[in-house]
Amino acid sequence: MPDLAGLITYASFFFVTALVNAIVCLGLNLQWGQTGLFNVGIAGFVAIGAYASALLTTPAIEGHWGGFALPIVIGWIGAMAAAGALSAFVGAITLRLRADYLAITTFGVAVTVHLVALNAQRLTGGAFGIGFIPRPFESLAEKPLQFGVANLAVVAALVGILYVALERLVRSPWGRVLRAIREDERAARSLGKNPTHYRLQAFALGGAIMGLGGAVHAHYIGFIAPENYQSALTFQIWAMLIVGGSGNNRGAIIGAILIWALWSASGLAIGAFFPAEEQARAAALRIAAIGAMLATMIVLRPRGLLGERATVSRHLDDVRP
Amino acid sequence: MTLQFVADGLIAGALIGLGAIGVTLTYSILRFANFAHGEFISFGAYATLLLAGAIGAIFAGSTQSIGSLSIGWAVVAAGLIAMALTGLLALALDFLVFRRLREKGAAITTVMASFGASMALRALLEFMFTSRPTYFSRDLQIAMPIGLGIRVTPDQMALLGVTAALLIAVHLLLTRTQTGRAMRAVSENPSLARVAGIDVDRVVRTTWLLGGSLACAAGVMLGLLVQIRPYMGFDLLLPLFAAAILGGIGSVPGAVAGALIVGVSEAAAVQMVGAEWRAAVAFLLLSGILLIKPTGLFGKSE
Repeated sequence: MPDLAGLITYASFFFVTALVNAIVCLGLNLQWGQTGLFNVGIAGFVAIGAYASALLTTPAIEGHWGGFALPIVIGWIGAMAAAGALSAFVGAITLRLRADYLAITTFGVAVTVHLVALNAQRLTGGAFGIGFIPRPFESLAEKPLQFGVANLAVVAALVGILYVALERLVRSPWGRVLRAIREDERAARSLGKNPTHYRLQAFALGGAIMGLGGAVHAHYIGFIAPENYQSALTFQIWAMLIVGGSGNNRGAIIGAILIWALWSASGLAIGAFFPAEEQARAAALRIAAIGAMLATMIVLRPRGLLGERATVSRHLDDVRP
Repeated sequence: MTLQFVADGLIAGALIGLGAIGVTLTYSILRFANFAHGEFISFGAYATLLLAGAIGAIFAGSTQSIGSLSIGWAVVAAGLIAMALTGLLALALDFLVFRRLREKGAAITTVMASFGASMALRALLEFMFTSRPTYFSRDLQIAMPIGLGIRVTPDQMALLGVTAALLIAVHLLLTRTQTGRAMRAVSENPSLARVAGIDVDRVVRTTWLLGGSLACAAGVMLGLLVQIRPYMGFDLLLPLFAAAILGGIGSVPGAVAGALIVGVSEAAAVQMVGAEWRAAVAFLLLSGILLIKPTGLFGKSE
């Protein structure tokens, strides 16, 4: 008889992390999948959310800024506000320009956010990061099984709410304008839609969702450090969306779970089959494999597993005979 | 406050300039921001390191230092071969990935593919050479005073000279040769250039070879002045983009001027604020120019 409780505990840990990635991936899907905005700085926006929420909710520490000991939900909202505001700023300076400028600037955001997290000691704790971030169901922490399942329920509910909300947005007139701009900017403009405004809204909202993902993860683990938010994270989220099928919210969630499963399994395999001194090299090979997979997928099957479905107004069924 | 930061900044700027020329040419001729350009730099440095080791093993005495420099002619010869190899790497990447996407006409997907390729190449370098830094030479160099309180090492002087020669060569290539005229024509208008009988595929190949070999030169420089590690090129990517945009995309003299501005600003920040904030300078310059004059200092409005 295998240890069923241990299995469920591990499964809930796995799914919480996978679903946190799904949240970030849903944010990227709004930016890239629906609107065609290329964000290479995902890790930076996730980090802003994580740090904002940590600063709002941790107890005050001598010699550090922040530490307001607010409830976790306030932390989540603060995270969305901070990441959304940063996205709006980045969007404001780049969205009127050529698409590549957004890519380059978001890349710069990620580098700079990482730098601030590493060096602004009094704000972010530097390389040691921030600990003692309040966790949901802290009182259950002694019982890993209940703790894991309760947290999974919360994260799953969040993903569910986000999914429904985003699906409604996609089918709304607003969502149609986004896709119209993505497909043919000139046509959308001729219908009186201001592409820059709509892009800015989509980019800021997507960034806010990424920030929420960062905050949820920070509260689940209870500890954050700059090394969690490097380009490998950006890259994983991209792989998730491209494999799942960009433009498709369900694809974003499935891609997140699938890639996270591959990532975790290969991590376990490296731990099991490689001697300790070779593990760093093997881990590099794993990143190379995912990079090659991403490039291959883009060349051979750009639609991803699910691909985008044709979406029309949800009122269309009402008028059909 | 000494003027040392000007000298340090100009040397760093020359190095950034070599990389930024490749970025700006790829952007204006192939029309996408190549995130894998940083890995050309790292690849060039490692290729030079391996080749220099091989040459040193075959030709005894080739590792003997040249004059007061820290390296022997083995590294010089290896660097020249590695420049060709890095150009070929860029061509191979184009053949495998970018060419197919270009045919589909999806510019921004190309950027993403270059991001994936960058990650894969960097991880491969880390796999082969581990993340431990290495060096071309462990000789210590004594910096000589050249006046105004500025000190430079013989390596730095030699590299400045080599960079200046390379920049002049690129400038002559682009302005005085048929190849250069074809490249500028494609960057202005690819369809019109094709109609006028220009072999666009040849221009694309030249662009990759040129960008790759200059990136390799930057990598060798960086390896000589600082160290060789798998992330060396990736960490240089933001300064490269900042320099290219600062100077105006497509303008080679602009990229060099932008690179010098980035280099001197970074060195000034290191002296005044602290070395840990160096990487933020390129981002500030980038945001600033996008806010004030997105076409760059020397760019044409579209």
